[in-house]
Amino acid sequence: MARILLILTLVFGMAGAGTAGEDGSGLWPDIPKATGEPHPEGNEWWRKNHPKLLLHDRDLTMRQGERQVQASLKSCFECHAVKDEAGNYATYENGQNFCRVCHDFVAVKVDCFMCHRSTPDGVDESALEAFTTPPAMPKGRGPDSIIAYLERLERVPLASADAGTEAGQ
Amino acid sequence: MSCDRSDKPERGAELSRRDLLRSGAAVATLTLAPGVTLMAFGGSPADAAGRADAGKRWGLLIDVSRCDPDCDACVTACQVENGWKDEGNPETDAQWIRKVTLKNRDTGRKVSMPVMCQHCEKPPCVDVCPTGASFKRVDGIVLVDKHICIGCRYCMMACPFKARSFIHEKHVNQKSWAPRGKGTVESCTLCVHRVDTGRIPACVEACEATGNRAIIFGDLKDPNSEISKRVAEYSSIALRADLDLNPGVRYSNL
Ligand code: HEC
Ligand code: HEC
Ligand code: HEC
Repeated sequence: MARILLILTLVFGMAGAGTAGEDGSGLWPDIPKATGEPHPEGNEWWRKNHPKLLLHDRDLTMRQGERQVQASLKSCFECHAVKDEAGNYATYENGQNFCRVCHDFVAVKVDCFMCHRSTPDGVDESALEAFTTPPAMPKGRGPDSIIAYLERLERVPLASADAGTEAGQ
Repeated sequence: MSCDRSDKPERGAELSRRDLLRSGAAVATLTLAPGVTLMAFGGSPADAAGRADAGKRWGLLIDVSRCDPDCDACVTACQVENGWKDEGNPETDAQWIRKVTLKNRDTGRKVSMPVMCQHCEKPPCVDVCPTGASFKRVDGIVLVDKHICIGCRYCMMACPFKARSFIHEKHVNQKSWAPRGKGTVESCTLCVHRVDTGRIPACVEACEATGNRAIIFGDLKDPNSEISKRVAEYSSIALRADLDLNPGVRYSNL
């Protein structure tokens, strides 16, 4: 937890300076653009506080019947609905989903979408859940990177210790 | 089933309980306020008009003589509204509301009526729940907080009305207002998402649309509501009145 926060502060602290995911270094998740009004509290505040806020408002709705809340899970996808290259809405099963892009990056898993829908009302999710695209990874950092790395290693002559270290970097 | 056994004692209890709940609500508002400020919640008391009100007790009055044995409009409406359906596994499929046929063995009189969560004042499901997931809102609606339900199903055993279901399969395409997923228990919510926004439950709406008007919805604590007037004037019974649970759902002409 503390480590995640540290990484977050580092990553998003810089992102706040306006370099989010755009410098090509692959250090930042490429957060899909939203529609509608931005949050008055600002992006930085929401990155940090959305987990607490969601749980807080969840209890307000569930227990007190209060439905005029700041963070309603069903409202998120009114503005944060993402479509993939094929033009289909990305459910939480799809790595391109707004929440997934970040969560995959920081290794967070939530179970919310076992029950809650992760697309706007009216979208047929049953067709979309079947196929899952891995999140778009920067080149060389995707799921195939171990294989690519091992292939690179194999090309290095065994005798040369120096070259071995170099390839390992 | 004998008539009206629990009617008189209930009324007396209702009064003192009402006062108790009122004071309880005041405390809840007080303790809630700092949390709300902390989370920078921007709502005013006027915005909160829809929240659960301890001054109310929502209930249903079902006139069995008006219920058509061939009609299941209430069941269909509930399925459409809340996104559950017949999946072809009768032993395990969810049933938030079902049509039940009763036959009096002595007289041969046969009646049909809908049975759902009876929204008991003293709900056995809440008593047995080990996590606090089963709970009763201040306005009398009994719910499962699926966020803390561990799927133990004690509540299903405890419920004398067989009103609760367990979700056995993975689900997609839920309604945003009725999230449901594998491993938790669920039941009729009295369409709490509708009630909170000033609308009547789907089953009541559907029954009214058929012209049968067998189900009446209203506030049992408001003496001037249609439902209160009717239960005051005509005889109605609680199912399993012997258990003294004082359900919010009552039946007349049964
Ligand atoms: C087992 C099913 C289930 C799971 C898992 C679940 N929820 Fe819910 N959630 C519900 C139900 C049922 C409601 C009540 C819906 C209503 O009354 O409108 C609800 C309501 C809510 C609400 C208030 C209604 C809204 O959409 O604003 C929020 C916020 C919420 N949940 C957040 C979460 C979050 C965050 C997670 C994951 C950490 C989560 N839920 C996981 C079933 C679930
Ligand atoms: C009215 C539309 C709207 C709603 C509803 C909404 N958002 Fe946003 N959100 C935005 C906009 C606009 C941004 C700015 C993002 C951008 O620059 O593309 C944003 C940004 C964010 C960010 C920061 C993203 C980043 O780039 O760092 C998070 C996290 C976030 N929202 C979470 C949520 C969650 C969780 C919910 C549901 C409780 C929600 N939002 C509901 C419009 C909305
Ligand atoms: C800007 C990146 C970002 C976006 C976008 C984002 N999250 Fe998160 N989320 C995080 C991070 C980082 C954490 C972990 C925070 C921590 O552990 O302190 C987290 C944690 C959570 C948690 C708590 C998980 C737990 O196990 O405690 C929930 C619930 C959650 N997010 C819901 C959502 C939902 C729903 C959305 C989409 C509407 C969303 N998040 C979008 C970054 C994001």
